[in-house]
Amino acid sequence: MKRTVPLREIASARTGDKGNISCVSVWAYNPKHYDDIRSSLTPERIAATWPNLFRGSVERYEIPALNGLNFVIRDALEGGVNASLNLDFHGKSFSFLLLELPVEVNDL
Amino acid sequence: MAGRVVRIGAGAGFAGDRIDPARDLAERGNLDFLVFECLAERTLAYGHLQRSQDPSRGYNPLLEKRLAAVLQACVKNGTTIVTNMGVANPRAAGQAAIELARRMGLSIRVAVVEGDDVTAHISDATLLPEIARTVGESGLRLVGANAYLGAEAILPALDAEPHLVITGRVADPSLFLAPLAHRYGWKLDDWTTLGAGTAVGHLLECTTQVTGGYFADPPYKIVPNLAYVGFPFAEVGPDGSAIVTKLDGTGGCVTPLTVKEQLLYEVHDPRAYLTPDVTADFSAVRINEEGADRIAVNGATGRERPDQLKTIVGFDGGFLAEAEFSYAGPGAVERAQLATEIVEERMRHVHHCSERIRLDLIGVNSLHATALRRSASTQDVRLRAAMRTADRDMAQTLLTEVESLWVAGPAGGGGYRGSINASVTTHAVYVDRDSIKLKVKVLQS
Repeated sequence: MKRTVPLREIASARTGDKGNISCVSVWAYNPKHYDDIRSSLTPERIAATWPNLFRGSVERYEIPALNGLNFVIRDALEGGVNASLNLDFHGKSFSFLLLELPVEVNDL
Repeated sequence: MAGRVVRIGAGAGFAGDRIDPARDLAERGNLDFLVFECLAERTLAYGHLQRSQDPSRGYNPLLEKRLAAVLQACVKNGTTIVTNMGVANPRAAGQAAIELARRMGLSIRVAVVEGDDVTAHISDATLLPEIARTVGESGLRLVGANAYLGAEAILPALDAEPHLVITGRVADPSLFLAPLAHRYGWKLDDWTTLGAGTAVGHLLECTTQVTGGYFADPPYKIVPNLAYVGFPFAEVGPDGSAIVTKLDGTGGCVTPLTVKEQLLYEVHDPRAYLTPDVTADFSAVRINEEGADRIAVNGATGRERPDQLKTIVGFDGGFLAEAEFSYAGPGAVERAQLATEIVEERMRHVHHCSERIRLDLIGVNSLHATALRRSASTQDVRLRAAMRTADRDMAQTLLTEVESLWVAGPAGGGGYRGSINASVTTHAVYVDRDSIKLKVKVLQS
């Protein structure tokens, strides 16, 4: 059975930053959801969902043995710690942007 | 893990990290090494600014407080401390540590590592690749430049069998890799083992981020006793495989997921994590639960190290002005919105300010402001104005405009706070290894 759930119900995420680049890793709680998350959470979708925030390219690295995906998002931090006027100039809160995305999963 | 291990712990993961968990590790960890990592990208530039005002400063202002909490236990237990708290002035930091030890009645040997400061190599002709302009063209005022040193720089210091090694800029995982390589005699071209050791350092370098900090998300991720989260240590074998754990009785947790999340923290390509020591490959790492809060980590490898050393060049970044003001109760969002329009209007047309001004409504649209607009049902809203400028008077003007909302803004506003902070900006450049002159100075109390 297919269902749509917020990513937060089936995965965890953590954000890090280097300069003006944000990286967000996403980890399936259950290996059976890894492929669904991988199919749903494409770099194209991440880039298209928040074009005003994530202004550069989005790359995705896969770590299937650990059920993880790593997104590297360029020009994501309003200039980074050097230039950003955002309270959260590291983008620490970005993991929760991704975690609220709806994801279609099989066999929940 | 059977047989010989080296026990290495993390005593700080950033300049403002807690002190009590480090003391606990020093006293109860039975550690061979305790590593304090206290240098973010821009910290060093601030250190240069302090040193330029007072030649005896420019090292971590909490150095004495951190060392005072652990030094006695470390000397007693034979734990060697390694830290980058030297910041922009490792020698002054070494001297301060010696004086602290004297006051504590301890006899210690301190090895100071120098050579990361490459400010003298930066000229107007130096190209800043991120903006494709030279320093001269950028018009930026140089504050200081430091190259990321690797384990190689720390090994000669460890030869002196010090109680404490103090460095300036060293890559975070290298602070851990160096003691492991020294104790086990790892060759500096044994890329596989250096990759494994780098994974251990990377997992430990942010302290609580591997023991349950930066992790809790109830009800999905529950962390026990987070207020007393312990700092991590690892039991590392001769091949760089390790068990990551924490002290019994401390809060937090070490689980496969805390380790996985930290494994890729600030990593881009998991197959190519670049440090001065190695191109580490985390893609085949295996993570297994060996017991409660005991996670085995194996399988990190590596390839040849990068040719050049990343160097962070710091420049004067002018001032960051920030001012806040609050509205609550019915219509709070509308009144706060009206207040932002007043501040914007007056900064532009009364004060002729051309700087970019950010106006957030905290509780409505601040952290993710540029990403999306959320519903505004909240009844407790904080206006925040922020601006960067080289003009200190204009920075003050922004604060004054927000403060005057007390009497001239919408009804019922209060809670003004404002601050102006000098800031630095940084750019990465890459320098040849042979331009670095490493130096180790040994001090004795």
